[in-house]
Amino acid sequence: MIEEIKQRFRALKPGTAFCALRFVEETGERLEVRQDVEQPLTSQTDRGVMITVIDGGGYGYAATSDLSTAGLQAALDRARAWAAATRSHSVFDYGKVALPRPTGRYQSPSLSQSPRWTRRELLDLLMAESRACKLDDRIVDWHAFIERKQSRQLYLTHDGAEVEQLFDFVMPGLAVTAYGDGDSQTRSLGGQYNGYCRQGGFEILQQAGLIGAGRRVAEEAIELLTAPNCPSGTMDLLLKPEQMMLQIHESIGHPLELDRILGDERNYAGTSFVTLDMFGQYQYGSELLNVSYDPTLAHEFAAFGWDDDGTAGAKTLLIKRGKLLKPLGGAISQARAGIDGVANSRACSWNRAPIDRMANLNVEPGDKTLAEMIAGIERGVMMDTNVSWSIDDSRNKFQFGCEQGWLIENGEIRHVVKNPNYRGISATFWRSLKAVGNMSTFDVMGTPYCGKGEPSQVIRVGHASPACLFGNVDVFGAEE
Amino acid sequence: MIKQYFHDLADHLAAQLQRGEDYTAWLAGERSDFVRFNHGKVRQAGEVSQLYLTLRLIQGQKHVSSQLTLAGRLDDDRGQLSAEVARLRTMLADVAADPHLLLNTAPQSGEHIEPSRLPAAEAIVDDVVNAANGFDFVGFLACGPVFNGFANSWGQRNWQEKASFSLDWSLYAGGDKAVKAGYAGTEWDRDAFRAKFDHAAAQLLLLQRPAKTIAPGSYRAYLTPGALAEVIGMLNWGGFSEKQLRSKRSSLIRLADGEQALNPMVSLLEHTAEGLAPAFQSEGFIKPAKVDLVREGRFAGSLISPRSAKEYGIAANGGNEGEIMESLQMAGGELAQARILAELGTGLYISNLWYLNFSDRMNCRLTGMTRFATFWVENGEIVAPLNVMRFDDSVYRMLGKNLEALTRERELLVETQTYGSRQTSSQLLPGALLSEMALVL
Repeated sequence: MIEEIKQRFRALKPGTAFCALRFVEETGERLEVRQDVEQPLTSQTDRGVMITVIDGGGYGYAATSDLSTAGLQAALDRARAWAAATRSHSVFDYGKVALPRPTGRYQSPSLSQSPRWTRRELLDLLMAESRACKLDDRIVDWHAFIERKQSRQLYLTHDGAEVEQLFDFVMPGLAVTAYGDGDSQTRSLGGQYNGYCRQGGFEILQQAGLIGAGRRVAEEAIELLTAPNCPSGTMDLLLKPEQMMLQIHESIGHPLELDRILGDERNYAGTSFVTLDMFGQYQYGSELLNVSYDPTLAHEFAAFGWDDDGTAGAKTLLIKRGKLLKPLGGAISQARAGIDGVANSRACSWNRAPIDRMANLNVEPGDKTLAEMIAGIERGVMMDTNVSWSIDDSRNKFQFGCEQGWLIENGEIRHVVKNPNYRGISATFWRSLKAVGNMSTFDVMGTPYCGKGEPSQVIRVGHASPACLFGNVDVFGAEE
Repeated sequence: MIKQYFHDLADHLAAQLQRGEDYTAWLAGERSDFVRFNHGKVRQAGEVSQLYLTLRLIQGQKHVSSQLTLAGRLDDDRGQLSAEVARLRTMLADVAADPHLLLNTAPQSGEHIEPSRLPAAEAIVDDVVNAANGFDFVGFLACGPVFNGFANSWGQRNWQEKASFSLDWSLYAGGDKAVKAGYAGTEWDRDAFRAKFDHAAAQLLLLQRPAKTIAPGSYRAYLTPGALAEVIGMLNWGGFSEKQLRSKRSSLIRLADGEQALNPMVSLLEHTAEGLAPAFQSEGFIKPAKVDLVREGRFAGSLISPRSAKEYGIAANGGNEGEIMESLQMAGGELAQARILAELGTGLYISNLWYLNFSDRMNCRLTGMTRFATFWVENGEIVAPLNVMRFDDSVYRMLGKNLEALTRERELLVETQTYGSRQTSSQLLPGALLSEMALVL
């Protein structure tokens, strides 16, 4: 199919200043066992192209699942028509963008090189974990699943660029709900929204801890059911990676997106408290905060060779010793704003146009062990695994909740607490960063479900982080 | 034409079956023009043409399914479907019999087709750009036909086809202060759009006043239908799902158990007959005209998918796999729209809420932000726009003892999100006057 697409595209006569084709073919399947019953096996084959043209300063695209020569020609005609129809009232003269002309190939760590598991063996594994969940009658719901996807992507321009990228994704998960005395608590493996998601093969099942997770997660759900509520007050907050990923995502990732800063997203996803004049001088966090954009970390969920406008990925520090350096902005946004950014022009599939999206956005590790950070807490709560997230449209006032917490007093963990929540303001929260964990506290997480854009797009992102300690945070629990 | 194409594919699928096999097929297609606007100009314009078929191959109680893109070219797609049926057949060997499989084997065919009355999308863009000249206008136009079809090996054929547009936009006064507005339908009326635009532009004057910041605490509040839609929308995170209720993950367990009640003014129903979504669901079950969910504050029913029906030994009521509301209606009340500010007196006029989530699911407690045109009102007069505030409050309070009135007039809100495809869900809602609403940050 790839060769046929190349030939058909090369045969087109765009007659425009710029013309690119992006082909995406994604196959996958999901295996799931719920309450010891195999759930319906579902699979996908999603295949299509987007043709983008820039002509006379106008920009237009057309996407189609008709991959025939006639289908590509019709898409080209429609993209040209949109560029022509909008060039006189375009928000930007797209003729000023110098889009790259890359050539190359990228392949993520591959499923084909990982331990072999047949579909039946995977279903048997899920069944075994499911059967381990039902510890007693308080366990009322449980399920375990494995989702795997393979994505093959081709990027061509009319004047010779050619990039092929192959990705393998594996997403295991397990969640258990316990119910008793009028309360319900759900505990999961890495979060209820696929926190353990990585590129690679079935070694990820082991890395994520799926094997043996059924009983362990069920025990934690029951422990939560009988645990006291999270206390309320201003105190230290120690976040483990399964929550740090969400904290990074919402209050660093989205505010730094250049298209938000330029106002594109104000009608839907929102704007940003960050303004263009802050780059290079704004103190985003304490001096302990170092944040990298790193599409090169191979196993992380959103690793790639080139973004969807053809810019090569490279590791870049966006925040260094707390100071804000660069935004998350791809080639077009950089040209519009007149500042440097990174390779993050990304689309969720063939039928959506690229926009500024974080990919792998990570907090760099520090020098503290978890034990050292706990020992330094007089009164606080350690929280793990996001379950609730809400933040304002400028990405400032946030409130997040976790599945599990642990009360810490006088440098020691006392006991588990349930329904832990905290709230704060991005612009000041990161300045309260008191300690950053070392590699022993580090984990690589992500999510397949980052929503943004008009038309709407759900995209994959990766977030790796150590555990981090914050001071003077407003912490609270559920209603008594 | 596209309907005939789908029926031809259905016949082809039937011809691929071997003895003892059946199939169901669900087609979701669209040809959409998508145009983004920023600063009154066009940011990104294009067209998306897509056809997705979800095909399920069934052998007794065993079944597997796949979703695949089709080209819309009959010869090519027939070949692809033949190969897909063969692939699914090999997958059947790997799966166990499904005790919760429920099929609709009594054909209930039907169709609903509305011919397009839309102009070319470029003409709509011209009208928008002309109106937006001089304004900080940011928004999104989606328009074109949407198709849904169902077929199975028992001979059932269902089809819905409608061309529509949705223009969802904001007019910014500066910073994060904006008026939110929308215009959706099946026939573009330039004058009607202009009237809506001018109405929104007039509200900008209020947003240009110096903004007020208030302290956390409890305040009287009026939620417009758009703001209330966000609260009600959270109940769609499994709240009325039979499966989520049975597995104790619903936020409405205490309402369903009778331990909690909402204000007797609150009645909710899934009203398929008066909604925009298809009257058939993706497994071929026909939806009832309406399903009562809350009647006068008391839990009245859930949404039940075929799978839940089989699992729990109850009757299905047209619920899709996710058992979510698609054509929600909430009963109106007695408050006349013209009296809203007077009855509010002093408090918050909240046009929009944003980014809601549960802060305490068992108590149906929500948190979220005010957004867009939210105002501080004193003695029935709008005084100033309000800087954004976070609320954290329980639905059992907000729509329970703290619900003072619902407006007589209701507003039809059409879903504007386009994740994966254009949506057909809608909500018909009144506005709500609350005696108290808890703000926390």
